[in-house]
Amino acid sequence: MTDATSASVGANANLSAWRRLATDWGSDQRAFKDVSWGKAMMWIFLLSDTFVFSCFLIAYMTARISTTEPWPNPSEVFALEIAGKKLPLILIAIMTFDLISSSGTMAMAVNFAYRRDRRKTAALMLLTAAFGATFVGMQAFEWSKLILEGVRPWGNPWGAAQFGSCFFMITGFHGTHVTIGVIFLLITARKVWRGDFDTERRGFFTSRRGQYEAVEIMGLYWHFVDLVWVFIFALFYLW
Amino acid sequence: MDQTKSHASTQQHPIKLYLIVWGWLFVLSTFSYLVDYFGFQGYLRWMLILLFMILKAGLIVAIFMHMAWERLALLYAILVPTLAVMVFIAIMAVEANYTLLTRLIFFGSSGT
Repeated sequence: MTDATSASVGANANLSAWRRLATDWGSDQRAFKDVSWGKAMMWIFLLSDTFVFSCFLIAYMTARISTTEPWPNPSEVFALEIAGKKLPLILIAIMTFDLISSSGTMAMAVNFAYRRDRRKTAALMLLTAAFGATFVGMQAFEWSKLILEGVRPWGNPWGAAQFGSCFFMITGFHGTHVTIGVIFLLITARKVWRGDFDTERRGFFTSRRGQYEAVEIMGLYWHFVDLVWVFIFALFYLW
Repeated sequence: MDQTKSHASTQQHPIKLYLIVWGWLFVLSTFSYLVDYFGFQGYLRWMLILLFMILKAGLIVAIFMHMAWERLALLYAILVPTLAVMVFIAIMAVEANYTLLTRLIFFGSSGT
């Protein structure tokens, strides 16, 4: 298998990218060649998750276009008063920077993982998890504030009733993803710290040899969570 | 067999690249926040929001998620299906406008 794969990869090396795409898919073997199954499966999962979030955002678009009542102005709804000054969307902006920072530390964790730097990788992953947990905390604060102000899935004081259901559905699902990501970050960071990927200790669930690639696959999920927030921030909060 | 292959596909890039992308994501996020802060309205607002959104998404997928260095076979397997989402958006936008029109006609403009 290794010989066949590497031979066909080598034979295609001097073809143009488009020809390689055609031969890869037409070769009647593995389509993704040197991409490991773990990474390919994570990408396919992320594609399916893209469809889930797309459906939520499209439902929100449909509700917002078709309602005859005015849509509450997110700029005012999510404004916070800090030091006597009313700042529009300030908490959401802080949450955005927090999540981007977590993506930055995650990208560097992946980099150090491939350099087999156990300590720095684990430390950066823990930092990423801390940013993620902070994000969830701020979201809990935001939810409590809106619920206190009377926002419900079936109505709110400022306008179209669908605002609440869209908000709780979209940010709730995203927050769940962040929470799951934090848990997986902690699990993977523990494995890195313990040296599982240096000793190729077998995983408790898959029984496969531990490899530093697991950090990159974890990273793909985490960057995806950040990616979804980019769309929610633009389409729900700023629109 | 996994050993040789994972070595071949190891994503090794200078840390500096990630820091530059991180910096750009901060700058672009600040820009999108400023769109709201200065209260731009209408087409200018929507165009700026979408522009910054697409640039940020592109940077995350291409650099942070390493899609720029993956084989085209994987890139197209993941990115082409999202075009179906674009079609879905177009269909539902038309549908929603039709719903709004019928609501305005049959229920009057003063509420649903």
